[in-house]
Amino acid sequence: MSAESTVILDMAGIRRALTRIAHEVLEKNKGVDNLVLVGIRTGGVHLARELAARLEEIEGAKLPVGEVDITLYRDDIKGHSAHLPVGKTDIPFSVEGKKVVLVDDVLFTGRTIRAALDAIMDHGRPACIQLAVLVDRGHRELPIRADFVGRNVPTSLKENISVKFDANYAPAEVVLEK
Amino acid sequence: MNLLIKGGRVIDPSQGLDRVADIVVENGLVKEIGSGLAAPAGAETVDASGKYVVPGLIDMHVHLRDPGLEYKEDIVSGTRAAVAGGFTSVCCMPNTKPVIDSKAIATYITTKAKAEGFCNVFPVGAITQGMGGERLSEMGELKESGCVAVSDDGRPVKSAELMRRALQYAAGIGILVISHAEELDLVGEGTMNEGFTSTELGLKGIPRVAEDIATAREIMLAEYTGSPVHIAHVSTAGSVRIIRDAKARGVRVTCETAPHYFTLTDDAVRGYNTNAKMNPPLREADDVAAIKAGLADGTIDCIATDHAPHHIDEKDLEFNEAMNGIVGLETSLPLSLGLVADGTLTLPALVEKMACRPAAILGLDRGTLKTGSIADITVVDPGREWQVTAESLASKSKNSPWLDETMRGAAACTIVGGKVVYQGR
Amino acid sequence: MKSFKHKDIIALRDLTKEEIELLIETAEGMREINSRDIKKVPTLRGKTIINLFYESSTRTRTSFEIAGKRLSADTVNITPSSSSATKGETLSDTALNLLAMKPDIIVMRHAVSGSHYYLAGKLPNCSIINAGDGAHEHPSQGLLDMLTMKDRFGRLDGLKVAIVGDITHSRVARSNIQGLTKMGSSIYLAGPPTMMPPGVERLGNVTVCGTMKEAIQDADVVMMLRIQQERQGKTLMPNTREYSRYFGLNPDNLKLAKPDAIVMHPGPINRGVEMSSYVVDGDQSRVLKQVENGVAVRMAMLYHVAGGELE
Repeated sequence: MSAESTVILDMAGIRRALTRIAHEVLEKNKGVDNLVLVGIRTGGVHLARELAARLEEIEGAKLPVGEVDITLYRDDIKGHSAHLPVGKTDIPFSVEGKKVVLVDDVLFTGRTIRAALDAIMDHGRPACIQLAVLVDRGHRELPIRADFVGRNVPTSLKENISVKFDANYAPAEVVLEK
Repeated sequence: MNLLIKGGRVIDPSQGLDRVADIVVENGLVKEIGSGLAAPAGAETVDASGKYVVPGLIDMHVHLRDPGLEYKEDIVSGTRAAVAGGFTSVCCMPNTKPVIDSKAIATYITTKAKAEGFCNVFPVGAITQGMGGERLSEMGELKESGCVAVSDDGRPVKSAELMRRALQYAAGIGILVISHAEELDLVGEGTMNEGFTSTELGLKGIPRVAEDIATAREIMLAEYTGSPVHIAHVSTAGSVRIIRDAKARGVRVTCETAPHYFTLTDDAVRGYNTNAKMNPPLREADDVAAIKAGLADGTIDCIATDHAPHHIDEKDLEFNEAMNGIVGLETSLPLSLGLVADGTLTLPALVEKMACRPAAILGLDRGTLKTGSIADITVVDPGREWQVTAESLASKSKNSPWLDETMRGAAACTIVGGKVVYQGR
Repeated sequence: MKSFKHKDIIALRDLTKEEIELLIETAEGMREINSRDIKKVPTLRGKTIINLFYESSTRTRTSFEIAGKRLSADTVNITPSSSSATKGETLSDTALNLLAMKPDIIVMRHAVSGSHYYLAGKLPNCSIINAGDGAHEHPSQGLLDMLTMKDRFGRLDGLKVAIVGDITHSRVARSNIQGLTKMGSSIYLAGPPTMMPPGVERLGNVTVCGTMKEAIQDADVVMMLRIQQERQGKTLMPNTREYSRYFGLNPDNLKLAKPDAIVMHPGPINRGVEMSSYVVDGDQSRVLKQVENGVAVRMAMLYHVAGGELE
């Protein structure tokens, strides 16, 4: 870890944030009916599973969780990205008519979310898509906003925010690096 | 013009000479070899100190492409390349357009060479009319018009019967038959040597036995008819062995190889390099070793280049489509000097293979520095390093596998009939 | 992280083990797209791919075309009526003309081995993918074969792969030998000696077998090559009948292979010659799976060469 890094959220903080998001999701959607979660690979997938666990604790219902890899939907394919391996998209259920909660770790320019929206749309026509993120660091380049935010963190473009996971893929801490 | 060639190491195997000496040339002839010779009146002096002075080199196998294919080379550009490479005489193969199978074409070549060429040009006539492989050409008239040998080079004489008759007929006339020894059924559609490299590159192979069988056939026919035969561009270990055995039996066979067969293997084809595509194809390391052994023990009589210029449009192609052959006149001397450097040949032995033997095989009154002989002389700078580039080559065509490589050794001065026709930097 | 740094894919000989793994893994990811209702992703939107096929091949050309379209590229098929061998336009001129249309990728099949290297030398700013060159290589076939083997066994390392048929003329065999050797498989070749090229055992982890039985004994994979009377000519074998007696795969000799062995063939199959119909349509056959994997593998190849900017 670089010398100039600050922990913004520790494990307990992340848990509290996710529990709050879970309640907000339930409140907004009036329960878990017709609700599915889709995480953006890779951080968003772990968070989506974590969020599903919170929702199960509260509501007692197990929500389906899918994973979406956005590599093939990136808008910067001319650059280095095509050299990246393509991850697996795995949405083991129909999104047709579902309320989809899309989960990612950090919301930044919005381009990843745009790609993920396209990817989900290619799998069917959901009733709606809502966005849940652990951290919103600002600097949007597209008209995208999150429905559920764990923590708003104003940053400069030079800074970097990352969500660290432990060996069991449970979110451990959110770190701001300068 | 008279000359004094001063202070060079004079190497002339024809008279067992290898010492530092001066040479006086008068009226186109060698007048005297000795130490501390004075320049005759009005003579030009060539400083040969630190250089070799040898009988003018003779390349008995080149393609000058003139007449008919002058976009590749012509007599002027070809002989310019020859003298730049240290050659004072070349024998040009008959696969021109039209073929050298008549007095008219042979005379055209000798006349143009005398008028515009830089070195002596001795045409090689065709064995068969139009190189068609069916009827013998008029070898008598070809000889009268200056041809020093006959060959259907580029195309073997497929019929054994016709080859037998050609050997008999030519022997009667006193003209040498040079055989392009290849069994075409075995060559098939091959484009490179058949071996591991062709397997890896997925190119159709030409097996070595295609050459060996044809070499053996020519030797058996020569033996049967009692006629001499010369095998062109020997490339395989098998051919060397067959020729060695035949010579031991007293068969009148002579042969040549080319510098690419003792310097390159079929590895040079990797990358589908069309400048490594020739016929016979580059072979393998054991063939290179056998060629060198054949040169060393005298099985291989001489080194010829098989100088085969092609236009870039005939080489800048997919491998299968590209034509066979490379230019060689200007790289032969440094590559052959490599045989001295690696201990294969002594310097006199090399001079023998590049000057004396070709003259003897063809019956030319050259290849010697004896007093009174024609002053065809090559002064060799063994130390000069130079880079092979398209610009550095005098030939019209640039199809060399050694492009961008550095060569060591070059002609410093080429003298034909007592006249300096080329001076190196 | 694995990365792919080549502009062109011409031969598996030119790729490292890691690059081959990356292509196979990417292809595995691509398969998900092929199972969707909407079988299309926007990845190569705005890219132009020219399929330049000097030899006819419905299967490979269609597979590349579908692969390009599923990645949203614009694909154009060009099938020159004559090759330069018949003195039409030279490959170089064809290439320069195509270049004027600004393609991003040219997928070419050509009868002359090595012609892709020649083309790549002429087109420094366009990616070249080899869809088969002479008897040299057929890298997409090699990759889809390896993917099909990996599907069955979960690995390539340590597999015994028998390849039976005309090795001399087979670009499929060469690409498999190059690729499988890098992945740690052992290759056993069988075929009439007239169809075994010299030095082939030095191409990789290759054993040349005297009989077909020896090659397929305990094999995990039995790969049969297509026999074409017109290609093998009159001198390499007496006829297909005798060929098939000694080098054809049937339910009986297939029993020599491991019980869970799979059977592969690059197609099109001459039923009753290199394989009996019982084998082609049997449980161990992966022939159709190979075709299916072909699209995913070719998507992966297109995707990785389209990366553009190279170091």
